[in-house]
Amino acid sequence: MDGPFATALSLIASGDPGLMQIIGLSLRVTLTAVLIACAVGLPLGAALALARFPGRGAVIVLFNALMGLPPVVAGLVVYLLLSRSGPLGSLALLFTPTAMIIAQTLLILPIVVSLTRSVVEDLWAEYREQLRSLGAGRLRAVPTLLWDGRVSLLTGVLAGFGRASAEVGAVLIVGGNIAGHTRTMTTAITLETSRGNLGLAVALGIILMMLTLTLNAAAWGAGQWARGRLG
Amino acid sequence: MRAARDVSRSVLPLSLEGVGYAVGGKPLLSDITLRIEAGRRLIVMGANGAGKSLFLRLCHGLIDPTTGRRFWAGGEDRAEAQAMVFQRPVLLRRSVAANLNYPLVLKALPRAQRRETVARTLERFGLTPLADRPARLLSGGEQQRLALARAWAMRPEVLFLDEPSSALDPSATRIIEEMVEQFSAEGITIVMTTHNLGQARRLAEEVAVLHRGRLIEHRSAAEFFAGPCAPEARAFLAGDLVW
Repeated sequence: MDGPFATALSLIASGDPGLMQIIGLSLRVTLTAVLIACAVGLPLGAALALARFPGRGAVIVLFNALMGLPPVVAGLVVYLLLSRSGPLGSLALLFTPTAMIIAQTLLILPIVVSLTRSVVEDLWAEYREQLRSLGAGRLRAVPTLLWDGRVSLLTGVLAGFGRASAEVGAVLIVGGNIAGHTRTMTTAITLETSRGNLGLAVALGIILMMLTLTLNAAAWGAGQWARGRLG
Repeated sequence: MRAARDVSRSVLPLSLEGVGYAVGGKPLLSDITLRIEAGRRLIVMGANGAGKSLFLRLCHGLIDPTTGRRFWAGGEDRAEAQAMVFQRPVLLRRSVAANLNYPLVLKALPRAQRRETVARTLERFGLTPLADRPARLLSGGEQQRLALARAWAMRPEVLFLDEPSSALDPSATRIIEEMVEQFSAEGITIVMTTHNLGQARRLAEEVAVLHRGRLIEHRSAAEFFAGPCAPEARAFLAGDLVW
Protein backbone atom coordinates (compact mmCIF):
# COMPACT_ATOMS: atom_id res chain seq x y z
CA MET A 1 0.00 0.00 0.00
CA ASP A 2 1.20 3.50 -0.83
CA GLY A 3 1.95 6.00 1.90
CA PRO A 4 -0.57 8.74 2.63
CA PHE A 5 1.41 11.35 0.68
CA ALA A 6 1.45 9.30 -2.52
CA THR A 7 -2.28 8.66 -2.21
CA ALA A 8 -2.86 12.32 -1.54
CA LEU A 9 -0.92 13.42 -4.60
CA SER A 10 -2.69 10.98 -6.89
CA LEU A 11 -6.07 12.10 -5.54
CA ILE A 12 -5.16 15.72 -6.23
CA ALA A 13 -3.61 14.97 -9.62
CA SER A 14 -6.61 12.95 -10.80
CA GLY A 15 -9.05 15.65 -9.68
CA ASP A 16 -11.05 13.12 -7.63
CA PRO A 17 -14.72 14.23 -7.80
CA GLY A 18 -15.35 13.53 -4.11
CA LEU A 19 -12.37 15.66 -3.21
CA MET A 20 -13.42 18.46 -5.56
CA GLN A 21 -16.94 18.46 -4.13
CA ILE A 22 -15.57 18.89 -0.60
CA ILE A 23 -13.26 21.71 -1.67
CA GLY A 24 -16.06 23.45 -3.55
CA LEU A 25 -18.42 23.34 -0.60
CA SER A 26 -15.75 24.58 1.81
CA LEU A 27 -14.96 27.53 -0.39
CA ARG A 28 -18.61 28.34 -0.97
CA VAL A 29 -19.43 28.32 2.75
CA THR A 30 -16.39 30.27 3.88
CA LEU A 31 -16.42 32.86 1.10
CA THR A 32 -20.14 33.50 1.57
CA ALA A 33 -19.56 33.93 5.31
CA VAL A 34 -16.70 36.35 4.62
CA LEU A 35 -18.88 38.38 2.24
CA ILE A 36 -21.74 38.64 4.72
CA ALA A 37 -19.38 39.48 7.58
CA CYS A 38 -17.83 42.26 5.47
CA ALA A 39 -21.17 43.65 4.35
CA VAL A 40 -22.21 43.92 7.98
CA GLY A 41 -18.86 44.32 9.74
CA LEU A 42 -17.21 47.07 7.69
CA PRO A 43 -19.97 49.67 8.17
CA LEU A 44 -20.58 48.49 11.73
CA GLY A 45 -16.90 48.78 12.65
CA ALA A 46 -16.67 52.21 11.04
CA ALA A 47 -19.80 53.37 12.83
CA LEU A 48 -18.35 52.13 16.11
CA ALA A 49 -15.18 54.12 15.39
CA LEU A 50 -17.02 57.39 14.77
CA ALA A 51 -20.05 57.17 17.05
CA ARG A 52 -20.01 58.28 20.67
CA PHE A 53 -22.66 56.73 22.91
CA PRO A 54 -22.87 55.44 26.46
CA GLY A 55 -21.67 51.85 26.62
CA ARG A 56 -19.45 52.22 23.56
CA GLY A 57 -16.46 50.96 25.50
CA ALA A 58 -18.38 47.85 26.55
CA VAL A 59 -19.38 47.13 22.95
CA ILE A 60 -15.76 47.48 21.80
CA VAL A 61 -14.54 45.14 24.53
CA LEU A 62 -17.29 42.67 23.65
CA PHE A 63 -16.30 42.56 19.98
CA ASN A 64 -12.63 42.27 20.89
CA ALA A 65 -13.44 39.37 23.20
CA LEU A 66 -15.59 37.68 20.57
CA MET A 67 -12.55 37.53 18.29
CA GLY A 68 -11.50 34.68 20.57
CA LEU A 69 -14.92 32.99 20.53
CA PRO A 70 -14.24 29.22 20.36
CA PRO A 71 -15.73 27.84 17.13
CA VAL A 72 -17.48 25.03 19.00
CA VAL A 73 -19.28 27.60 21.13
CA ALA A 74 -20.35 29.52 18.02
CA GLY A 75 -21.54 26.22 16.59
CA LEU A 76 -23.43 25.42 19.77
CA VAL A 77 -25.19 28.80 19.78
CA VAL A 78 -26.27 28.44 16.16
CA TYR A 79 -27.28 24.83 16.86
CA LEU A 80 -29.54 25.92 19.71
CA LEU A 81 -31.09 28.63 17.52
CA LEU A 82 -31.72 26.37 14.57
CA SER A 83 -32.56 23.07 16.25
CA ARG A 84 -36.14 21.91 15.86
CA SER A 85 -37.16 23.20 19.28
CA GLY A 86 -35.12 26.40 18.93
CA PRO A 87 -36.52 29.84 18.06
CA LEU A 88 -35.60 29.45 14.38
CA GLY A 89 -36.31 25.73 14.23
CA SER A 90 -39.19 26.13 11.80
CA LEU A 91 -36.75 27.23 9.09
CA ALA A 92 -35.31 23.70 9.05
CA LEU A 93 -31.80 25.00 8.42
CA LEU A 94 -29.87 22.71 10.75
CA PHE A 95 -27.43 20.39 8.94
CA THR A 96 -27.47 22.51 5.79
CA PRO A 97 -24.70 24.63 4.24
CA THR A 98 -26.77 27.69 5.20
CA ALA A 99 -26.41 26.84 8.87
CA MET A 100 -22.67 26.52 8.36
CA ILE A 101 -22.55 29.91 6.71
CA ILE A 102 -24.40 31.46 9.65
CA ALA A 103 -22.03 29.90 12.17
CA GLN A 104 -18.93 31.00 10.27
CA THR A 105 -20.29 34.52 9.81
CA LEU A 106 -20.58 34.65 13.60
CA LEU A 107 -16.90 33.73 13.86
CA ILE A 108 -15.65 36.23 11.27
CA LEU A 109 -17.82 39.19 12.17
CA PRO A 110 -16.01 40.16 15.40
CA ILE A 111 -12.65 40.13 13.59
CA VAL A 112 -13.92 42.36 10.81
CA VAL A 113 -15.69 44.72 13.22
CA SER A 114 -12.76 45.08 15.62
CA LEU A 115 -10.14 45.55 12.93
CA THR A 116 -12.28 47.99 11.00
CA ARG A 117 -12.93 50.00 14.14
CA SER A 118 -9.26 50.24 14.94
CA VAL A 119 -8.23 51.17 11.37
CA VAL A 120 -11.02 53.70 10.89
CA GLU A 121 -10.47 55.26 14.32
CA ASP A 122 -6.83 55.96 13.49
CA LEU A 123 -7.71 57.39 10.09
CA TRP A 124 -10.47 59.52 11.58
CA ALA A 125 -8.02 61.12 13.99
CA GLU A 126 -5.96 62.19 10.99
CA TYR A 127 -8.81 63.07 8.59
CA ARG A 128 -11.42 64.50 10.90
CA GLU A 129 -10.82 68.23 10.56
CA GLN A 130 -9.95 68.06 6.88
CA LEU A 131 -13.12 66.13 6.04
CA ARG A 132 -15.25 68.48 8.09
CA SER A 133 -13.65 71.41 6.33
CA LEU A 134 -14.36 69.84 2.94
CA GLY A 135 -17.96 69.40 3.97
CA ALA A 136 -18.20 65.74 5.01
CA GLY A 137 -20.11 64.97 8.18
CA ARG A 138 -19.55 61.82 10.24
CA LEU A 139 -21.96 59.71 8.22
CA ARG A 140 -20.49 60.79 4.89
CA ALA A 141 -17.01 60.17 6.26
CA VAL A 142 -17.70 56.44 6.72
CA PRO A 143 -17.33 55.35 3.06
CA THR A 144 -14.40 57.74 2.59
CA LEU A 145 -12.53 56.30 5.56
CA LEU A 146 -13.30 52.70 4.58
CA TRP A 147 -11.98 53.35 1.09
CA ASP A 148 -8.84 55.13 2.29
CA GLY A 149 -8.22 52.32 4.77
CA ARG A 150 -8.73 49.61 2.16
CA VAL A 151 -5.20 48.23 2.29
CA SER A 152 -5.21 47.78 6.07
CA LEU A 153 -8.76 46.47 6.03
CA LEU A 154 -7.79 43.72 3.62
CA THR A 155 -5.66 42.22 6.40
CA GLY A 156 -8.69 42.02 8.65
CA VAL A 157 -10.81 40.38 6.00
CA LEU A 158 -8.06 37.90 5.35
CA ALA A 159 -7.72 37.08 9.03
CA GLY A 160 -11.44 36.40 9.01
CA PHE A 161 -11.14 34.12 6.02
CA GLY A 162 -8.26 32.30 7.67
CA ARG A 163 -10.19 31.73 10.83
CA ALA A 164 -13.26 30.41 9.04
CA SER A 165 -11.44 28.13 6.64
CA ALA A 166 -9.38 26.59 9.44
CA GLU A 167 -12.09 25.92 11.99
CA VAL A 168 -13.79 22.54 12.50
CA GLY A 169 -15.98 22.94 15.54
CA ALA A 170 -18.72 25.21 14.23
CA VAL A 171 -19.29 23.56 10.85
CA LEU A 172 -19.16 20.11 12.43
CA ILE A 173 -21.87 20.90 14.98
CA VAL A 174 -24.31 22.76 12.72
CA GLY A 175 -23.44 20.94 9.47
CA GLY A 176 -23.26 17.41 10.77
CA ASN A 177 -20.47 16.37 8.38
CA ILE A 178 -22.90 14.68 5.99
CA ALA A 179 -21.05 13.22 3.00
CA GLY A 180 -21.79 15.06 -0.23
CA HIS A 181 -23.90 17.62 1.60
CA THR A 182 -22.17 19.36 4.49
CA ARG A 183 -18.71 17.80 4.51
CA THR A 184 -15.97 20.41 4.36
CA MET A 185 -12.21 20.08 4.17
CA THR A 186 -11.71 20.39 7.92
CA THR A 187 -14.52 18.07 8.95
CA ALA A 188 -13.40 15.56 6.35
CA ILE A 189 -9.84 15.65 7.68
CA THR A 190 -11.13 14.97 11.19
CA LEU A 191 -13.27 12.07 10.04
CA GLU A 192 -10.82 10.45 7.62
CA THR A 193 -7.99 10.64 10.13
CA SER A 194 -10.07 8.89 12.77
CA ARG A 195 -10.99 6.25 10.20
CA GLY A 196 -7.35 5.72 9.28
CA ASN A 197 -7.96 6.95 5.74
CA LEU A 198 -4.89 9.14 5.85
CA GLY A 199 -4.49 9.66 2.10
CA LEU A 200 -7.61 11.74 1.74
CA ALA A 201 -6.88 13.58 5.00
CA VAL A 202 -3.40 14.52 3.86
CA ALA A 203 -4.67 15.56 0.41
CA LEU A 204 -7.18 17.89 2.02
CA GLY A 205 -4.55 19.18 4.43
CA ILE A 206 -2.21 20.02 1.56
CA ILE A 207 -4.93 21.79 -0.37
CA LEU A 208 -6.03 23.76 2.69
CA MET A 209 -2.46 24.90 3.26
CA MET A 210 -1.96 25.80 -0.40
CA LEU A 211 -5.16 27.76 -0.42
CA THR A 212 -4.24 29.76 2.67
CA LEU A 213 -0.75 30.34 1.35
CA THR A 214 -1.99 31.51 -2.05
CA LEU A 215 -4.54 33.87 -0.56
CA ASN A 216 -2.05 35.39 1.85
CA ALA A 217 0.55 35.78 -0.86
CA ALA A 218 -2.00 37.50 -3.07
CA ALA A 219 -3.11 39.81 -0.28
CA TRP A 220 0.46 40.65 0.69
CA GLY A 221 1.29 41.36 -2.93
CA ALA A 222 -1.79 43.53 -3.31
CA GLY A 223 -0.86 45.41 -0.15
CA GLN A 224 2.69 46.02 -1.32
CA TRP A 225 1.48 47.13 -4.71
CA ALA A 226 -1.11 49.47 -3.21
CA ARG A 227 1.40 51.01 -0.81
CA GLY A 228 3.73 51.76 -3.68
CA ARG A 229 0.90 52.98 -5.85
CA LEU A 230 -1.22 54.91 -3.36
CA GLY A 231 1.19 56.05 -0.67
CA MET B 1 -12.46 83.78 -14.75
CA ARG B 2 -15.09 83.60 -12.11
CA ALA B 3 -18.40 85.34 -12.31
CA ALA B 4 -18.79 88.45 -10.21
CA ARG B 5 -19.85 87.60 -6.69
CA ASP B 6 -23.29 88.27 -5.41
CA VAL B 7 -22.35 90.72 -2.69
CA SER B 8 -25.78 90.67 -1.10
CA ARG B 9 -25.27 86.98 -0.31
CA SER B 10 -21.77 87.43 1.08
CA VAL B 11 -20.99 85.76 4.40
CA LEU B 12 -18.48 88.48 5.18
CA PRO B 13 -17.59 90.39 7.21
CA LEU B 14 -16.91 87.87 9.95
CA SER B 15 -17.10 89.37 13.41
CA LEU B 16 -15.61 88.04 16.61
CA GLU B 17 -16.77 89.72 19.79
CA GLY B 18 -14.88 89.01 22.98
CA VAL B 19 -14.23 85.49 21.77
CA GLY B 20 -12.40 83.05 24.01
CA TYR B 21 -11.66 79.37 23.83
CA ALA B 22 -10.75 77.32 26.87
CA VAL B 23 -10.04 73.64 27.35
CA GLY B 24 -10.52 72.26 30.84
CA GLY B 25 -10.60 75.76 32.31
CA LYS B 26 -7.31 76.68 30.67
CA PRO B 27 -7.80 79.64 28.32
CA LEU B 28 -6.07 79.14 24.98
CA LEU B 29 -7.63 82.15 23.29
CA SER B 30 -9.06 85.05 25.23
CA ASP B 31 -11.08 88.15 24.55
CA ILE B 32 -10.54 88.43 20.81
CA THR B 33 -12.55 91.15 19.09
CA LEU B 34 -11.97 91.48 15.38
CA ARG B 35 -13.76 92.07 12.10
CA ILE B 36 -12.65 90.34 8.92
CA GLU B 37 -13.80 92.39 5.95
CA ALA B 38 -14.62 90.99 2.54
CA GLY B 39 -11.83 90.93 -0.03
CA ARG B 40 -8.95 91.64 2.36
CA ARG B 41 -5.74 89.72 2.98
CA LEU B 42 -5.31 89.36 6.71
CA ILE B 43 -2.08 87.87 7.94
CA VAL B 44 -2.10 86.49 11.48
CA MET B 45 1.30 86.39 13.11
CA GLY B 46 2.61 85.11 16.38
CA ALA B 47 5.05 82.61 17.83
CA ASN B 48 4.42 78.89 18.09
CA GLY B 49 1.72 78.27 20.67
CA ALA B 50 0.35 81.81 20.42
CA GLY B 51 -2.96 80.36 19.23
CA LYS B 52 -2.77 81.05 15.50
CA SER B 53 -4.05 77.64 14.39
CA LEU B 54 -6.79 77.66 17.02
CA PHE B 55 -7.81 81.11 15.86
CA LEU B 56 -8.22 79.88 12.29
CA ARG B 57 -10.12 76.77 13.40
CA LEU B 58 -12.40 78.93 15.45
CA CYS B 59 -13.08 81.31 12.56
CA HIS B 60 -13.68 78.37 10.21
CA GLY B 61 -16.10 76.76 12.65
CA LEU B 62 -14.12 73.61 13.41
CA ILE B 63 -14.27 74.64 17.06
CA ASP B 64 -16.78 76.88 18.77
CA PRO B 65 -15.91 79.73 21.14
CA THR B 66 -16.45 78.94 24.80
CA THR B 67 -17.04 82.64 25.49
CA GLY B 68 -18.02 85.55 23.30
CA ARG B 69 -19.70 85.54 19.92
CA ARG B 70 -18.71 84.66 16.37
CA PHE B 71 -21.04 85.75 13.64
CA TRP B 72 -21.12 86.05 9.90
CA ALA B 73 -22.78 88.87 8.01
CA GLY B 74 -25.60 86.72 6.72
CA GLY B 75 -26.32 85.39 10.19
CA GLU B 76 -25.60 81.82 9.07
CA ASP B 77 -22.10 80.44 8.91
CA ARG B 78 -22.54 78.96 5.41
CA ALA B 79 -19.81 76.34 5.49
CA GLU B 80 -19.81 76.04 1.71
CA ALA B 81 -18.62 79.65 1.44
CA GLN B 82 -15.45 78.79 3.35
CA ALA B 83 -12.42 76.64 2.74
CA MET B 84 -9.29 75.94 4.74
CA VAL B 85 -5.82 74.73 3.88
CA PHE B 86 -4.14 73.06 6.82
CA GLN B 87 -0.49 73.20 7.73
CA ARG B 88 -0.29 69.51 6.94
CA PRO B 89 -3.21 69.02 4.57
CA VAL B 90 -4.78 65.57 4.42
CA LEU B 91 -4.84 64.30 0.89
CA LEU B 92 -6.98 61.27 0.26
CA ARG B 93 -5.36 58.00 -0.82
CA ARG B 94 -6.42 58.39 -4.41
CA SER B 95 -5.36 60.26 -7.52
CA VAL B 96 -4.79 64.00 -7.78
CA ALA B 97 -7.92 64.38 -9.93
CA ALA B 98 -9.99 62.32 -7.47
CA ASN B 99 -8.83 64.58 -4.64
CA LEU B 100 -10.12 67.61 -6.52
CA ASN B 101 -13.36 65.81 -7.32
CA TYR B 102 -14.10 64.76 -3.74
CA PRO B 103 -15.35 68.05 -2.25
CA LEU B 104 -17.37 68.68 -5.41
CA VAL B 105 -19.18 65.38 -4.85
CA LEU B 106 -19.91 66.56 -1.30
CA LYS B 107 -21.33 69.76 -2.76
CA ALA B 108 -23.58 67.56 -4.93
CA LEU B 109 -22.47 69.14 -8.20
CA PRO B 110 -23.65 67.25 -11.27
CA ARG B 111 -21.08 64.94 -12.84
CA ALA B 112 -20.53 66.99 -16.00
CA GLN B 113 -19.90 70.14 -13.99
CA ARG B 114 -17.52 68.28 -11.67
CA ARG B 115 -15.52 66.95 -14.59
CA GLU B 116 -15.29 70.41 -16.08
CA THR B 117 -14.25 72.01 -12.76
CA VAL B 118 -11.62 69.34 -12.11
CA ALA B 119 -10.15 69.73 -15.60
CA ARG B 120 -10.11 73.51 -15.30
CA THR B 121 -8.49 73.39 -11.85
CA LEU B 122 -5.82 70.91 -12.96
CA GLU B 123 -5.06 73.08 -15.97
CA ARG B 124 -4.95 76.32 -14.10
CA PHE B 125 -2.49 75.16 -11.43
CA GLY B 126 -0.27 73.13 -13.73
CA LEU B 127 -1.42 69.85 -12.23
CA THR B 128 -2.69 68.26 -15.46
CA PRO B 129 0.42 66.08 -15.93
CA LEU B 130 -0.04 64.81 -12.36
CA ALA B 131 -3.79 64.16 -12.66
CA ASP B 132 -3.58 60.37 -12.39
CA ARG B 133 -0.74 60.26 -9.89
CA PRO B 134 -1.56 59.13 -6.33
CA ALA B 135 -1.77 62.33 -4.29
CA ARG B 136 0.14 60.88 -1.34
CA LEU B 137 3.20 60.28 -3.47
CA LEU B 138 3.60 63.89 -4.63
CA SER B 139 6.41 66.05 -3.28
CA GLY B 140 5.66 68.36 -0.36
CA GLY B 141 5.37 71.38 -2.65
CA GLU B 142 3.09 69.57 -5.09
CA GLN B 143 0.92 68.32 -2.23
CA GLN B 144 0.46 71.81 -0.87
CA ARG B 145 -0.28 73.12 -4.37
CA LEU B 146 -2.94 70.42 -4.72
CA ALA B 147 -4.39 71.34 -1.33
CA LEU B 148 -4.70 74.98 -2.42
CA ALA B 149 -6.15 73.96 -5.77
CA ARG B 150 -8.69 71.75 -3.99
CA ALA B 151 -9.71 74.67 -1.80
CA TRP B 152 -9.98 76.95 -4.85
CA ALA B 153 -12.15 74.44 -6.72
CA MET B 154 -14.67 74.73 -3.89
CA ARG B 155 -15.19 78.39 -4.86
CA PRO B 156 -15.00 79.78 -1.34
CA GLU B 157 -15.61 83.41 -0.42
CA VAL B 158 -13.09 83.17 2.35
CA LEU B 159 -10.02 80.95 2.49
CA PHE B 160 -8.21 80.18 5.74
CA LEU B 161 -4.60 79.12 5.39
CA ASP B 162 -2.61 77.72 8.31
CA GLU B 163 1.08 78.31 7.64
CA PRO B 164 0.75 76.82 4.17
CA SER B 165 4.43 77.12 3.33
CA SER B 166 6.11 76.46 6.67
CA ALA B 167 7.46 73.09 5.53
CA LEU B 168 8.39 74.11 2.00
CA ASP B 169 11.57 75.27 0.28
CA PRO B 170 11.81 78.84 -1.10
CA SER B 171 10.71 78.01 -4.66
CA ALA B 172 7.68 76.03 -3.51
CA THR B 173 6.91 78.82 -1.04
CA ARG B 174 7.00 81.28 -3.89
CA ILE B 175 4.45 79.25 -5.88
CA ILE B 176 2.14 79.09 -2.87
CA GLU B 177 2.42 82.85 -2.31
CA GLU B 178 1.62 83.51 -5.96
CA MET B 179 -1.43 81.30 -5.69
CA VAL B 180 -2.59 83.19 -2.61
CA GLU B 181 -2.13 86.50 -4.44
CA GLN B 182 -4.14 85.24 -7.41
CA PHE B 183 -6.95 84.04 -5.16
CA SER B 184 -6.99 87.42 -3.50
CA ALA B 185 -7.07 89.19 -6.88
CA GLU B 186 -10.17 87.15 -7.72
CA GLY B 187 -11.88 88.53 -4.67
CA ILE B 188 -11.40 85.64 -2.26
CA THR B 189 -10.86 86.89 1.27
CA ILE B 190 -7.63 85.52 2.68
CA VAL B 191 -6.95 84.82 6.34
CA MET B 192 -3.51 83.29 6.70
CA THR B 193 -1.19 82.55 9.58
CA THR B 194 2.56 82.70 9.34
CA HIS B 195 5.55 83.22 11.56
CA ASN B 196 7.62 84.31 8.61
CA LEU B 197 8.04 88.07 8.66
CA GLY B 198 9.14 88.29 5.04
CA GLN B 199 6.05 86.43 3.95
CA ALA B 200 3.86 88.72 6.03
CA ARG B 201 5.47 91.78 4.39
CA ARG B 202 4.90 90.34 0.93
CA LEU B 203 1.28 89.32 1.40
CA ALA B 204 -0.36 91.34 4.15
CA GLU B 205 -2.92 94.09 3.70
CA GLU B 206 -3.82 93.79 7.36
CA VAL B 207 -1.82 92.29 10.16
CA ALA B 208 -3.09 90.73 13.37
CA VAL B 209 -0.67 89.61 16.04
CA LEU B 210 -1.51 86.98 18.63
CA HIS B 211 0.47 86.68 21.82
CA ARG B 212 -0.37 83.98 24.35
CA GLY B 213 -3.91 83.66 23.05
CA ARG B 214 -4.60 87.39 22.99
CA LEU B 215 -4.92 89.72 20.06
CA ILE B 216 -2.35 92.43 20.72
CA GLU B 217 -2.36 94.13 17.29
CA HIS B 218 -4.72 94.44 14.38
CA ARG B 219 -3.86 97.17 11.87
CA SER B 220 -3.18 97.81 8.24
CA ALA B 221 0.08 96.32 7.05
CA ALA B 222 1.52 99.75 6.20
CA GLU B 223 0.91 101.04 9.72
CA PHE B 224 2.07 97.84 11.33
CA PHE B 225 5.38 97.64 9.53
CA ALA B 226 5.95 101.36 10.14
CA GLY B 227 5.98 100.59 13.83
CA PRO B 228 3.51 98.54 15.89
CA CYS B 229 2.43 99.76 19.30
CA ALA B 230 2.51 96.68 21.44
CA PRO B 231 6.00 96.03 22.83
CA GLU B 232 5.79 92.29 22.04
CA ALA B 233 4.91 93.08 18.43
CA ARG B 234 7.75 95.60 18.21
CA ALA B 235 10.14 93.01 19.52
CA PHE B 236 8.83 90.48 17.02
CA LEU B 237 9.48 92.90 14.17
CA ALA B 238 12.95 93.61 15.46
CA GLY B 239 13.61 89.87 15.52
CA ASP B 240 14.07 89.65 19.27
CA LEU B 241 13.41 86.34 20.94
CA VAL B 242 10.94 87.51 23.55
CA TRP B 243 8.41 84.91 22.41
